[in-house]
Amino acid sequence: MEHVEETYDIAVVGAGHAGCEAALASARLGLNTIIFTVSMDSVALMPCNPNVGGTSKGHLVREVDALGGEMGKNIDKTFIQSRMLNTSKGPAVHSLRAQADKAMYSLEMRKTLQNTENLTLRQAEVCEILVEEGKITGVKTFSGATYHASAVVLCTGTYLNARCLYGDVIEQTGPNGLKAATHLTDSLKANGVEMMRFKTGTPARIDRKSIDFSKMEVQHGDERITPFSFTTDPDSVQIPQVDCYLTYTNEKTHEIIRDHINESPMYSGVIEGTGPRYCPSIEDKVVKFADKNRHQLFVEPEGLYNNEMYISGMSSSMPEYVQYEMYHTVAGLENAKIVRNAYAIEYDCIDSNQLYPTLEFKNIKGLYSGGQFNGSSGYEEAAAQGLIAGINAAMHVLKKDEIILDRSDAYIGVLIDDLVTKKNFEPYRMMTSRAEYRLMLRQDNADLRLTRIGHEVGLIDDDRYNSVILKEELIKREIARIKEVRVGASNEINSFLESIGSAPLDKGVSLADLMRRPEISYDMLKDIDPERPDLKADVKEQVEINIKYEGYIERQIKQIEEYKKLESKKIPDIIDYDDVKSLRIEARQKLSKIRPISIGQASRISGVSPADISVLLVYLQSGKYLKKDNE
Amino acid sequence: MVDEVFFMSTFNSNDTIAAVSTAPGQAGISIIRISGDEAVSVADRIFNKDVSDIPSHTITYGHILDGQEIVDEVLLSVFKAPRSYTAEDIVEINCHGGYYVTEKILSLVLNNGARLADPGEFTKRAFLNGRIDLCEAESVMDIIRSTDESSHKVSMAQLSGRLSDEIRSIREKILHEVAFIEAALDDPEHYTLDDYGKDLLVTVDKIREEVSVLLNTFDEGALIKNGIKTVIVGKPNAGKSSLLNALSKNERAIVTDIPGTTRDVIEQEILLSGIKLILFDTAGIREASDTVEKIGIDRSLSLIDKADLIIYVVDSSTILDENDEKIISCLNGMPVITVLNKTDLNEKTSEDDLKKRIDSALISVSAKNELGLDKLSDEIKKMFFGGSIMEKEDIYITSARHKKCLSDCLNSLNLVKNSIENGMSEDFYSIDLMDAYVSLGHIIGESMEDDLVDKIFSEFCMGK
Repeated sequence: MEHVEETYDIAVVGAGHAGCEAALASARLGLNTIIFTVSMDSVALMPCNPNVGGTSKGHLVREVDALGGEMGKNIDKTFIQSRMLNTSKGPAVHSLRAQADKAMYSLEMRKTLQNTENLTLRQAEVCEILVEEGKITGVKTFSGATYHASAVVLCTGTYLNARCLYGDVIEQTGPNGLKAATHLTDSLKANGVEMMRFKTGTPARIDRKSIDFSKMEVQHGDERITPFSFTTDPDSVQIPQVDCYLTYTNEKTHEIIRDHINESPMYSGVIEGTGPRYCPSIEDKVVKFADKNRHQLFVEPEGLYNNEMYISGMSSSMPEYVQYEMYHTVAGLENAKIVRNAYAIEYDCIDSNQLYPTLEFKNIKGLYSGGQFNGSSGYEEAAAQGLIAGINAAMHVLKKDEIILDRSDAYIGVLIDDLVTKKNFEPYRMMTSRAEYRLMLRQDNADLRLTRIGHEVGLIDDDRYNSVILKEELIKREIARIKEVRVGASNEINSFLESIGSAPLDKGVSLADLMRRPEISYDMLKDIDPERPDLKADVKEQVEINIKYEGYIERQIKQIEEYKKLESKKIPDIIDYDDVKSLRIEARQKLSKIRPISIGQASRISGVSPADISVLLVYLQSGKYLKKDNE
Repeated sequence: MVDEVFFMSTFNSNDTIAAVSTAPGQAGISIIRISGDEAVSVADRIFNKDVSDIPSHTITYGHILDGQEIVDEVLLSVFKAPRSYTAEDIVEINCHGGYYVTEKILSLVLNNGARLADPGEFTKRAFLNGRIDLCEAESVMDIIRSTDESSHKVSMAQLSGRLSDEIRSIREKILHEVAFIEAALDDPEHYTLDDYGKDLLVTVDKIREEVSVLLNTFDEGALIKNGIKTVIVGKPNAGKSSLLNALSKNERAIVTDIPGTTRDVIEQEILLSGIKLILFDTAGIREASDTVEKIGIDRSLSLIDKADLIIYVVDSSTILDENDEKIISCLNGMPVITVLNKTDLNEKTSEDDLKKRIDSALISVSAKNELGLDKLSDEIKKMFFGGSIMEKEDIYITSARHKKCLSDCLNSLNLVKNSIENGMSEDFYSIDLMDAYVSLGHIIGESMEDDLVDKIFSEFCMGK
């Protein structure tokens, strides 16, 4: 029997949020790219919640956009409601979240893939990776076809050996009843890849017509919508929006759950995988937070032409009949008709400590991976890794320097560093509390932080790059001006201050000094600032933030300088840690496994102490590893 | 994970470090070593002479000052880079070997611009600066490892169970607040932070108070923890051993009426109303007539110089003789409490007789009948603790390192307070709260790991 045989520069396995970004990046960088999916109808599928962004995830989307990724643009085309969260808090935790029309999101992304040069879409299940002498050479599909490639990016999401469960029902499928991929795991294991098994879940979808929304609190979108992409004109996205709703579980709901707890495969022991703590099933919530007499639910539309409503906060793996009973206890859902059952899903993923921060496998050259396959969760986390894996796979083929964002560059850096350095026990979700330099990693300055890198890589064109450089310059100049311009304790100034409820001056100060008062904004000062240039809103926003939070920002910059010193101290990959006898055994084992690229990364490994790091520094300085290599 | 605030210190190789470089508590002299660009200026801030004028590789006598107060008389040496152990500027302060004085001086050094050296860091710097041959890398690494282990042991020994419980409980409170803030930032539609600043301010003030109380125990704590080195002196048969026995209520010392039978120095720790005394009974002090006695007397004389406290026992039933005169002449200017013993017998020497001859606190007791002993503890409290002793007698800060961590914690808490009072939004609070948490963690040897994320998920019901 003859088999199809084709050759590409890069093969991407999986067309979810990670795979799409990886394939687009690679193709846009001029590499002949093929992307595989088990179903052409599931490109950029959103099998769980119908929204993009949210706290910290919104940051990821902005960063993906600034680097030249697609997610931000795609949601700007397909959102049906948008909200900036945490606006009463500091700028570092403002987060954008948009409700997506799921079907349109998927369709628009598919259109983009189809219209991208150098990119081939193919429905097929990849069953094997082909490896020769520790280097990837391609993949093989279920039909026996061979696709040669210089680099491969695995983005298999939750499809590997997936099974969906509720009650005693077990379906051997991926999400949404789609075909699972049942062969690739064995091939990966045969090539020395360590696999893990994770679990997640999703709530029921309820027929909109069967919901009594009058019993729920309505939640509208923002009056003025902020787009995700820095390239989207804000005026172009001011569209009519749909509503979301809030409702709550109650004691009755919890009683039903407690009565049937043993019928949930989570509790009967059928489920083996580790579930995420940040996304507990309603069973978990009731058991673990027994003292809470209600849990909040968020009811979200799945699309404009779709009758399904997503009941966020109530994912479950209860039997079908219990699901009816428990949803019916919720205010507004008394007569709810379930369109799709809630279920738990188990799937294979990798121990991501096997990856370099470039997302390349340490033991297989040219093999990269991203998304839930790496043990993360969420569309945004997936897109971020997919983009980096795609860029680096392309750099690998082009023999150029690969990119690593560090923890002070981006949330993407925090995400990847955590994945490759720390032990991961559950699907990893981004959180703002994980970003120690979050004051600098704001969603409002993602363009200023990352466009330069996107341009260097080749995903950002000169025009976009130049406009960011100009913006940077305008911000710098205006900050300097605001610090220079002084006002005296004149009657005019003091009556102005009085009019806005601020204390009068007793001596001259700069406008910047005035702006540091909590009650005074940049815009308010225009009346006493006649020389003010006409600046765009995004420039003014940066001026405001940088002046107002200057003290905190300066502290953070110092911390980042210290941090960078450690990151810049590189550890050669040829080190044999067993040769460093003064390291404690635990440290030796951890370091051997993770093979950190820098002293900074080494210091973040659990079980490596400051003394171990000192020992390591001395060892590096002594150059002993070089002598050993030469022998 | 090595938490970064702490870890930064290990790498930052040009800042100025300090540590006690002699083994704790044993030597007669302790050496505090400061190394780095700022070594001279740090020392200058606490020395009564201009350190920058002191020529390299010489020894200078002077005083360590805490403000105006003299902490100790010391010998100070400067070793200018690169002709020093680390090839950086080094200042060495040779002070009296007591634990308290040593830690006090170290604490001053740390407050004036140096940071505490990591285990083996002087040697590491010597190596990285090329003072130690590359061939010796192996031994340098071994030194780092072994000093890390021993300093860990020392650190644990300095930590009473109740102190670490107290630190844990404060950390727990801080982490709870941060977890709440972060949960609310992560899930703003679910948890609200409205008016939270006011509540937090109350909590932060309470925690600041708790940390300050601990911090203030440092000076007293060193003596409490380490004990007051106490020497009992007196002519033979004045009742020194009887006093020791009355205080310790056991029969450790041999009590006898034959002069000169208590020949060996007997060391014993006793707790007197919450004060730890390390007591040295001595061989009777008199002109020695045989070799054994002579050794005992030499030892007791050498002990007088190192003691924190000298208890001079006088037999009220005999008249003051030339032995007493000799002792009194040695005690001039020392921290002495004179105890007029044997008040149960006929008085031949009175308090007034003594007052004329010695300028010290004076009490009368009957060691045999255990009468008047409480006056002794009162006098000690007056002398060392300003008259009172804290109630939580176990919870004392005794190491300069712990003190530094606590004051870092307090600084961070003050910043939180500032942020709240300046109307900053809640996400700013957690930055400094987390720093406070990390500083406290250094005391009990715990880093941050995933504490925060774990706490958020265990206390707050999150997610979709």
